[in-house]
Amino acid sequence: MTTQTREPATTAPPDPGKPPGKPKAPRYRTTWRKAFKRDWQLYSLAVLPLLFFLVFRYAPMLGNVIAFRKFVPGGSIYGETWVGLRYVKLFIKDPNFWEVFGNTMALGALTLVVTFPLPIVLALLLNEVRSRYFKRFVQTVSYLPHFLSIVIVAGMVMQLVSLEGTVNQVVRAFGGDAVPFIQEPGWFRTIYVSSEVWQTVGWGTILYLAALTTIDAQLYEAARIDGANRWQQTWHVTLPGIRPTMVTLLILNTGTFLAVGFEKVLLLYNPLTYPTADVVSTYLYRVGLVSNNFSYAAAIGLFESVIGLTLVLSANAISRRVVGTSLW
Amino acid sequence: MTKALKHDDKKPAATRTPLDDSRGYRVFRVVNTVVLLCVAAVTLYPLVTIVAQSFSSELYIRTGQVNLVPRGFNLDTYELVAADPAFWNSYLNTVVYTVTATAISIVLTTIYAYVLSKHRLKGRGLLIGVAVFTMFFNGGLIPNYVLVNGLGLTNTMWAVVLPNAISVFNLLVMKAFFESLPAELEEAAAIDGLSTYGILLRIVLPLSKAVLATMVLFYAVANWNSWFPAFLYLDRADLFPVTVYLRNMIAGATSATSVGAVESNAVAISANIKAVTMVLTVLPIVVVYPFIQRYFVSGVMLGAVKQ
Repeated sequence: MTTQTREPATTAPPDPGKPPGKPKAPRYRTTWRKAFKRDWQLYSLAVLPLLFFLVFRYAPMLGNVIAFRKFVPGGSIYGETWVGLRYVKLFIKDPNFWEVFGNTMALGALTLVVTFPLPIVLALLLNEVRSRYFKRFVQTVSYLPHFLSIVIVAGMVMQLVSLEGTVNQVVRAFGGDAVPFIQEPGWFRTIYVSSEVWQTVGWGTILYLAALTTIDAQLYEAARIDGANRWQQTWHVTLPGIRPTMVTLLILNTGTFLAVGFEKVLLLYNPLTYPTADVVSTYLYRVGLVSNNFSYAAAIGLFESVIGLTLVLSANAISRRVVGTSLW
Repeated sequence: MTKALKHDDKKPAATRTPLDDSRGYRVFRVVNTVVLLCVAAVTLYPLVTIVAQSFSSELYIRTGQVNLVPRGFNLDTYELVAADPAFWNSYLNTVVYTVTATAISIVLTTIYAYVLSKHRLKGRGLLIGVAVFTMFFNGGLIPNYVLVNGLGLTNTMWAVVLPNAISVFNLLVMKAFFESLPAELEEAAAIDGLSTYGILLRIVLPLSKAVLATMVLFYAVANWNSWFPAFLYLDRADLFPVTVYLRNMIAGATSATSVGAVESNAVAISANIKAVTMVLTVLPIVVVYPFIQRYFVSGVMLGAVKQ
């Protein structure tokens, strides 16, 4: 009886009506049990990396519940008691929060506006260089700052803008008085963005230079025959040619908009420059880790992450509709 | 420059057009060269200044007289820094952290990238999604801090070494590389009786030396330069990597490693000592940089293809 009922069951899967010729059908139907039997060695390799992601990436995501629970040092990492939206309400009413939020927007927008187009310009200029050695020299030099530790960069910035530093020497040479740049809130954004340019522009050109080499030379021929001069060729052939790269990088940059260089701000700012330098991440660092208000800081951090994710998703959706390029 | 011009002359005539020789374009090329030279000069200037300061005496730096060339040349500051056991201790810590972290990262990244490169694997999409999602959303500073504390990693090197073990970007680069390897090779090895582990160790890895080297570079440079995890999770000065040592020095804090000895020393640390420490910290990177930078470039482009 049992063998009889089993008999058709085991023969059933290959049978029922489906055309046997299609190669995709059987692969699709692989059960987990079969897949595991065949590939258990591969799955076993995935265990440690998955453990890493679960512990160090997904556990902190869940850990965000302490934004809605009261966290007691030494207690559970997921907090002790539910307090609902208390901490969210707290930061919405917090005038300091809105000040640092404004700073973050200003610094992020400024960084994006300045550091997004410059690599394109540099790549276009490098592309016009005929001497391969000169081109390679400029490239090699301009990538270098990307490999330096942020601590070194901050140290050099401090030296350059110090009272006796190079910048003030120039100021004096033009008859001005030395400015204590690092203590002036009015100068912080300039200093931050300039150092960001110094560090990232050369590196940013890599993808554009790669994109430039893929543009079909025949397009330039055609443009030339139509009477386009150099500038028109750049405008009508080169720029449209690197548009997908531009859009991709713009989406990625937009996504990290709110996460403006936390480490660099932390290294460069001081209480005197808080009015312009303090950003959401540094504020939550001080609230959370210096003042030990973990739940409150976690609420701010969660807000920041959610906005960041929303920004990436919307930038991606908009670009897919408008330009037809998207990350996924 | 003359060499460059010669090279220019050798350009195939086919790419030359009358337009290239138009007056406007020739002017542009001169301006372009000048602009690019300025870019290179501005990029190098801060680095050269730091090196010059490291060989100068404090007096000239304080009065702003050191720009590109050392004034009052001396090696005393180097001797001073070299005689500081705290500096060497932090330098050694950096080496240990970098080697350990890089080793762990390479192993984890390689095995996961290998798994993800197998298209036949059921649940592959999910495994990729688990990794890629973390590029766009993360737990944030506080939950991470609470977790590392909760795991008891604070004040151990593991707090520095483990939480960033896998970079998803590097993972995708490696996955793309493994996917490009000929599948027949692995199939043949499987028929000859090699297990999956055997195939990975004896067939795939020997073929992947280039990408492995690139990944070692990516991780090693990132770890060498990293400071924030150490700053956050380590309280004991004897555990500091050199970046944190340097940060504390720049921030004007006393580097009190020899317990209590320097406690009262509130004097700001001299500019030339800072300069020497900076030079010694970047030295390994600057020395290997000319040899490694093209690998980085190709690695970045390999990763970009994926997008």
